[in-house]
Amino acid sequence: MIRLTVNQKTHKVDVDPDMPLLWVIRDIIGLTGTKYGCGVAQCGACVVHLNGEAVRSCVTKVSRAANQKIVTIEGLSLHNDHPLQQAWAEIDVPQCGYCQSGQLMSAAVLLKENPQPDDAAIDAAMSGNLCRCGTYPRIRKAIHRAAELQQEAGKKPF
Amino acid sequence: MPVNHNLPVRTFSVVTGLFGLFALLSFSIRKGHIEQDAPTGHDSLMIVKDSAASVKAFLEVYNVLMSPRCMNCHPSGDVPLQGDDNHLHTMLPQRGKDGKGVYAMKCANCHQPTNTPGEHTPPGNPNWHLPPADMKMVFQGKTPHELAKQIMDPAQNGNKTPQQLLEHAHDGLVVAAWNPGEGRTLPPMTHDAFVKAWTTWLKTGGFAPQANP
Repeated sequence: MIRLTVNQKTHKVDVDPDMPLLWVIRDIIGLTGTKYGCGVAQCGACVVHLNGEAVRSCVTKVSRAANQKIVTIEGLSLHNDHPLQQAWAEIDVPQCGYCQSGQLMSAAVLLKENPQPDDAAIDAAMSGNLCRCGTYPRIRKAIHRAAELQQEAGKKPF
Repeated sequence: MPVNHNLPVRTFSVVTGLFGLFALLSFSIRKGHIEQDAPTGHDSLMIVKDSAASVKAFLEVYNVLMSPRCMNCHPSGDVPLQGDDNHLHTMLPQRGKDGKGVYAMKCANCHQPTNTPGEHTPPGNPNWHLPPADMKMVFQGKTPHELAKQIMDPAQNGNKTPQQLLEHAHDGLVVAAWNPGEGRTLPPMTHDAFVKAWTTWLKTGGFAPQANP
């Protein structure tokens, strides 16, 4: 039995320790906001936070997450009101939307570590998240907007 | 003209100091050997200088260090390399201050503690990283002369003493080059052969090949 905390809720799962964390999140716990893309850490669709870091859950064994804190897109904010989520809605970033939960989770780590990123920092942080629809310009714009919203609200970075 | 009444005292001090230094050197260097203390259980570094043997051993070492499994994480730029053709790492992850990446693009986000199954999937190690930004320890583009000099210089080698260099051949990330994950070529000799060449190079004085042979 492996114990892990997902979105502040403790789960005990009876799975192979080598099972990818993504499988546990989606198929065992039932949180399907995190997406399967490539399965080999190349696209970023499966990004979740493991102790605050943007890990690729498709190649992360659940044993690495044992007794650790995981946040998925469902837990990014209580009311879907993280500055990034607000900015994403305001700028209407997604097209098909498949990659967007991974994009948001990566962007959240960027804003936490660099509350006012310039374009170079955004590129450095987001270069591992692919978008087949090519929403990159809107993603960059929305991250700048989220940085403004975060500053206006005087919120601590998430 | 002022007279220096302290001259005899100073002369005595200088002579005494030189004698002490000579005694210290005599203690440290015996019969052409230089010894460095080694932690218990580790190979001890006793240097017997032999420039010809040293250079010959380093040229073997150089072939390993310039192989993709070593050089790909010692790039001349701030993006690691990939593949046997040393192309820039896809996604262009950045070195970062500590060598462990930046923001959502940290090495350990994809590189797990162990290799990921499957061809060309991310290789794993618990300590995956590049050299830090303040000491990049570049291998890419270095000649044998340049690389040997760099490795022997504590200001460019991570502040390592010769004894620590000797032990570095057994570092977990160095050894990982011989377990690179599916679909990747191995360094051009076994780890045991590498350790032998590395040890020979250091124990014969860590000489660098000529700049322009």
